[in-house]
Amino acid sequence: MLQVAEKVDSYRLEFERAEQDDARARPQWIHHIRTAAFDRFVELGFPTTRLEEWKYTNVAPIAKTPLRRAGQAWGTLPIESIEPFTLEKSACAQLVFVNGHYSPELSCFGKLPDGVVVSSLATVLTGNPASVEPYLARYAGYRDHAFVALNTAFMEDGAFISIPQDTILEAPIHLLFISVPRCESAVDTGGSGTVSYPRVLIVAGSHSQGQVIESYVGVSRGVYCTNAVTEIIGGENAAIDYYKVQRESEDAFHVATVQATVGRGGTFSSHAIDLGGVLVRNNLDVALDGEGAECALEGLYMAAGRQHVDNHTRIDHAQPHCSSRQLYKGILDGESRGVFNGKIVVRTAAEKTDARQVNKNLLLSEDAVIDSKPQLEIFNNDVKCTHGTTIGQHDQDAIFYLRSRGIDPAATRSLLTYAFASELLSRIKVGPIRAGLEALLLARLGNGSMSEGRP
Amino acid sequence: MLTINNLHARVVGGAEILRGVNLVVRHGEVHAVMGPNGSGKSTLAHVLAGRDGYEVTAGEIVYEGKDLLRMPPEERAREGVFLSFQYPVEIPGVSTSYFLKAAVNAIRKHRGLDELDAIDFLNMTKEKMKLVELDQSLLSRPLNEGFSGGEKKRNEIFQMAVLEPRLAILDETDSGLDIDALRIVANGIDALRSPDRAMILITHYQRLLNYVTPDFVHVLFEGRIVKSGGQELARELEAKGYDWIKAEAELARQTLV
Ligand SMILES: Nc1ncnc2c1ncn2[C@@H]1O[C@H](COP(=O)(O)OP(=O)(O)O)[C@@H](O)[C@H]1O
Ligand SMILES: [Mg+2]
Repeated sequence: MLQVAEKVDSYRLEFERAEQDDARARPQWIHHIRTAAFDRFVELGFPTTRLEEWKYTNVAPIAKTPLRRAGQAWGTLPIESIEPFTLEKSACAQLVFVNGHYSPELSCFGKLPDGVVVSSLATVLTGNPASVEPYLARYAGYRDHAFVALNTAFMEDGAFISIPQDTILEAPIHLLFISVPRCESAVDTGGSGTVSYPRVLIVAGSHSQGQVIESYVGVSRGVYCTNAVTEIIGGENAAIDYYKVQRESEDAFHVATVQATVGRGGTFSSHAIDLGGVLVRNNLDVALDGEGAECALEGLYMAAGRQHVDNHTRIDHAQPHCSSRQLYKGILDGESRGVFNGKIVVRTAAEKTDARQVNKNLLLSEDAVIDSKPQLEIFNNDVKCTHGTTIGQHDQDAIFYLRSRGIDPAATRSLLTYAFASELLSRIKVGPIRAGLEALLLARLGNGSMSEGRP
Repeated sequence: MLTINNLHARVVGGAEILRGVNLVVRHGEVHAVMGPNGSGKSTLAHVLAGRDGYEVTAGEIVYEGKDLLRMPPEERAREGVFLSFQYPVEIPGVSTSYFLKAAVNAIRKHRGLDELDAIDFLNMTKEKMKLVELDQSLLSRPLNEGFSGGEKKRNEIFQMAVLEPRLAILDETDSGLDIDALRIVANGIDALRSPDRAMILITHYQRLLNYVTPDFVHVLFEGRIVKSGGQELARELEAKGYDWIKAEAELARQTLV
């Protein structure tokens, strides 16, 4: 217990420092929220596996590692270093963050429709805090989630995107979060690391449409933690296409919470890709909060070595005639562990709910583990809810078919793994992201055993 | 080129399915293997192609002087063995062209030939698709996914045309086809006949043999070849069914006892 108290103390010191740093620049309400969130974090402490929600994911490595916020000084990088991750050519705006801090030098803006706001959160909090006040920290609850509480206590930068009603964004907005660990190895830093708390707020007015991509990448080895929170609020008939591509470096911790609220007749589609990190937890909460709202959540997680990747989704069917679709697929190799927990809540009012959930897992090694759990809480009888889970190896018939044509076993397995993933990749609507991920997947599977070109 | 000697095989842990198959196939010969459902035809085809899950409990298979049973399936394919599947497997997410290019290049590499690039490959396939009247657009479709029964079988023969095997085993390539598809598939097979390509045509019916005249016809029954002959044997089977074969086999068994 003493240890835990010490940890909280070190966060308290950080918190006090953070509050002092920008006490002048921030409005009172921010100060109140942060303080409330920090107090809540102190009460909650880091979750343990005794909690149902954290049963399969032990965050002790995060709790034990002394993590310091990377200061502003770390907020820049040579432009070449972002090249592999940039979507500059296809995005209408690309905001780049280095260790959680907005980097104007690395960011770029194309022509945006009238009234569209794409800005760093820090800028908004100093310049026009009133524009975010009705939304910020009002949707992602920090009361029962320690990581959200921490992020909220330390939020200072990230992105604010606002699309006015009836406005259609033709090109996606790209938010690129780059982490540069201070040292190459944990030993050099005595086991400590840096932490960033990216905070994103997306507000889409009624009948608006937009695509937002969040990329999380690490540029070198070394321990760091990303604790991200994204709030998405869609108005009536708004259509939001959201991508989260996680490619943190192999020693990184990544905990992210996305809270999306979909209004009447609105649609929210999410594509979550997880490739990196040693310990990863994603919480994706969607509130279908108006009649006829729809969401489609897709996820692909690929882990090897000792990676641990946990996806928790929660869909709240609060209103009638809403539909939700979920397809999450996992590819687990080595001694990796995957967790999928899909919770669907259907409220009393939510008649004619149509909810479908599918989780498919491919285990490529005997030591890989998946814990997959659907959780249905249904309080209305007039609903359609289905769920299905598959866990398995490659289909023997398929393996034999390919080998009987002369293709060697390693290439056969790569090809079938690619095929398994491509069901999801092929649904990604942003061309460069799809192509980039396909190439990445091929490179990962390749080892020279596959021939050139795209299967 | 192929000698099957007293072959006994079973599904791992199961009852014996092949119970002493003997068959000799010389270069360029076409052998029809007929027999009622469940007699072991597909099992023979799978054992020849090297499918996992079968256990050879006795006998041997010599292919071009080599012990075929010691080779993994991909090596057999590279050495010129081709199996046209009774049930071609659907593989969503892998295009037909990528798959076939990977296959053709694996085989070419084994034979010491240069790998084909995308253009060479496309030119080569263009010709071969005509053989079974397949449309080029099929190449970009996921392998066998959503193909009609006829398309799947034509795709098998198309693959055979591209991979140019020395020994082709066609497992019921004619079943489930309507008259037009049968004609296309059968003509394709006949066109691929050549002095240095032997074929084993596994079939249930005689109708395929109207297009592709076999040199020999064998009847497989309860895991053994119980009768061999020429084209006339196929006609006899067509006319009389398999019951007389069963009766003869029964008689033979009784005299043995
Ligand atoms: N994988 C298998 N597992 C169990 N039994 C099998 C398997 N494959 C074939 N058999 C059995 O072996 C016998 C021969 O099957 P098969 O070779 O498919 O016959 P055919 O192709 O002549 O119709 C049948 O009785 C069938 O049920
Ligand atoms: Mg059969």
